[in-house]
Amino acid sequence: MKMKRLADAGQWILERFPLAKVWEEHMTNYYAPKNFNFWYFFGSLALLMLLNQIVTGILLTMNYKPDAHLAFDSVEYIMRDVHWGWLVRYMHSTGASAFFIVIYLHMFRGLMYGSFKQPRELVWIFGMLLFVCLMAEAFMGYLLPWGQMSYWGAQVIISLFSAIPVIGDDLSLWIRGDYVVSDATLNRFFAFHVIAVPLVLILLVFMHLVALHEVGSNNPDGVEIKKYKNEKGVPLDGIPFHPYYTVKDIFGVAVFLLFFATVIFYMPEMNGYFLEHANFIPADPMKTPEHIAPVWYFTPFYAILRAIPDKFAGVVGMGGAIVVLFLLPWLDRNPVRSIRYRSGFYKKALLLFVISFIALGYLGTQPATPTLTVFARIFTAIYFAFFLLMPLYTRWEKTKPVPTRVSPHHEIEDDLPALLEEITIIKPSQSEIGDPAFRGAFYNRRPNPEGIIKVLSRFGKKIVESLD
Amino acid sequence: MTNEGVDTSKRQFLTSALTVVGAVGTGYLAVPFLAQMQPSVKAMAAGAPVEVDISKMEPGQLLRVEWRGKPVWILNRTPAMLATLSVIENQLRDPKSTASDQPASCKNPTRSIKPEIFLAVGLCTHLGCSPTFRPEVAPHDLGARWQGGFFCPCHGSWFDFAGRVFQGVPAPTNLEIPPYRYVSDTQIIVGETNGEKTA
Repeated sequence: MKMKRLADAGQWILERFPLAKVWEEHMTNYYAPKNFNFWYFFGSLALLMLLNQIVTGILLTMNYKPDAHLAFDSVEYIMRDVHWGWLVRYMHSTGASAFFIVIYLHMFRGLMYGSFKQPRELVWIFGMLLFVCLMAEAFMGYLLPWGQMSYWGAQVIISLFSAIPVIGDDLSLWIRGDYVVSDATLNRFFAFHVIAVPLVLILLVFMHLVALHEVGSNNPDGVEIKKYKNEKGVPLDGIPFHPYYTVKDIFGVAVFLLFFATVIFYMPEMNGYFLEHANFIPADPMKTPEHIAPVWYFTPFYAILRAIPDKFAGVVGMGGAIVVLFLLPWLDRNPVRSIRYRSGFYKKALLLFVISFIALGYLGTQPATPTLTVFARIFTAIYFAFFLLMPLYTRWEKTKPVPTRVSPHHEIEDDLPALLEEITIIKPSQSEIGDPAFRGAFYNRRPNPEGIIKVLSRFGKKIVESLD
Repeated sequence: MTNEGVDTSKRQFLTSALTVVGAVGTGYLAVPFLAQMQPSVKAMAAGAPVEVDISKMEPGQLLRVEWRGKPVWILNRTPAMLATLSVIENQLRDPKSTASDQPASCKNPTRSIKPEIFLAVGLCTHLGCSPTFRPEVAPHDLGARWQGGFFCPCHGSWFDFAGRVFQGVPAPTNLEIPPYRYVSDTQIIVGETNGEKTA
């Protein structure tokens, strides 16, 4: 009887609200390629981080005071006197860095497997808009603790706008709401950080997903799974998102949380990379810290800004570094999506790009000495060359034949027993106990140096080959 | 509802007219919404001139005072410091301060009213960091070319003892000199020049 009432109630809702329809369309009847690998965890992890930031952020606003006289102390109050305040705050501050790690890996996945190419250009564009909004969100959030880095970081970034000809000075004045970064700036950044930008982020996530579900996911082979369907119209290489990928993503979440929790509990400041040392000093408008650097996720772009010895050109370079990413679907002229079937030249170019991006990220954290500036200029040139020369080198690229269906999944686990045999050797050993009852053949598995060298050289060769 | 006998051009006109009127209305509403983010009347009124006593300054000493929320430096330059100004002149971007911001009374080689006493707004003209005072000659981190001056730690801009910017660094112009005047030999008012009050 009760079950029937429950079912009736459920039916009552479904007749008025298309819950089941949406669930089916986007979960149980949404077919994703069956060959997703490790790189495909980061989309769902990004959603998890957004949720984490929203929940911990709401909790933080309950004790934080957006006032230049009270802000710094209220953060310390959260850290010391609010029950579990330290945990909520560290989840939020570490969460910001984790969010960017996840997003950078997610973007690199797209770059590697050509997920931005026709017909997924808008998925990429919405994703890039998300990235820009996320940077704005992170930047404005960083002002709120009102520490030295908060203050001078905001001063520098807002001054970027003053480099725009004609309207620049008025624009930066309008953003600050005062002639210097002040209480007015803090208050409006709080409003943007807490409500305006998060609303835009959520809207963009929605659009990103709608666009994705319209065209379907790409995959590590870059093969269009919708080309081959069975008689029911289901892609032959597709599996329902739920339960297959929901379960897989839950596993990814568990592994991710392991790392996330380790950082939160044992190294929440990450040696000054996640929370900078100078930010434990209250903001002082009279004195810039000796060495100022943005948080690590901005440093590649900051290094580009610093590398160019001209105010306007520097700002253009920094903005351009982000704008070229938007243009990626039209810069890459090669129809082959996945890196697996691209030419060795492209693979090396991508590798060089990754190296220069990481190097710029490192240089951005360092003081601007003349030597490092030279390096920053070289890596900036590589960064832009990768994108701007793309229309040339991708057009004449020699690609490998792309399969029509996704290639069979290869699990590392399958190779492990054979690998173990190869790198170890079984040696008979003497029993350490003299008693005849224990006499007999004992075998011990010992590392086999020859085998290890063989495996390593094979691995090295494979890496070199994979770049061709 | 029937569509028979509908004058579509009239309908089109009404749609367009409504769009235009709506856009104008939105435009008017945008003015207060955007203008409320401008500095408030209170913020604009703040920033009274600051009086500074320089009688106790040692030669070579730097004093920081706050004026309109910005750091203003007062540097008592030694003869050695003044001597460097002409030496490095060929390495500067704007040695004559033609493109830079200063009151007319300070548009001279030392960029000051009195040669020894130098005033400047202590914010880099690049992106607004406050440069550090590095009076030493040729420190190991800045190299042999450094004759003393101000170094911006944020993006590595160089300024000499007159706040003049070097070539090949990101800052576009020399440091801004605030309006100031001497009340007596040891009293300076920052924020006013003789006669007129300027921004």
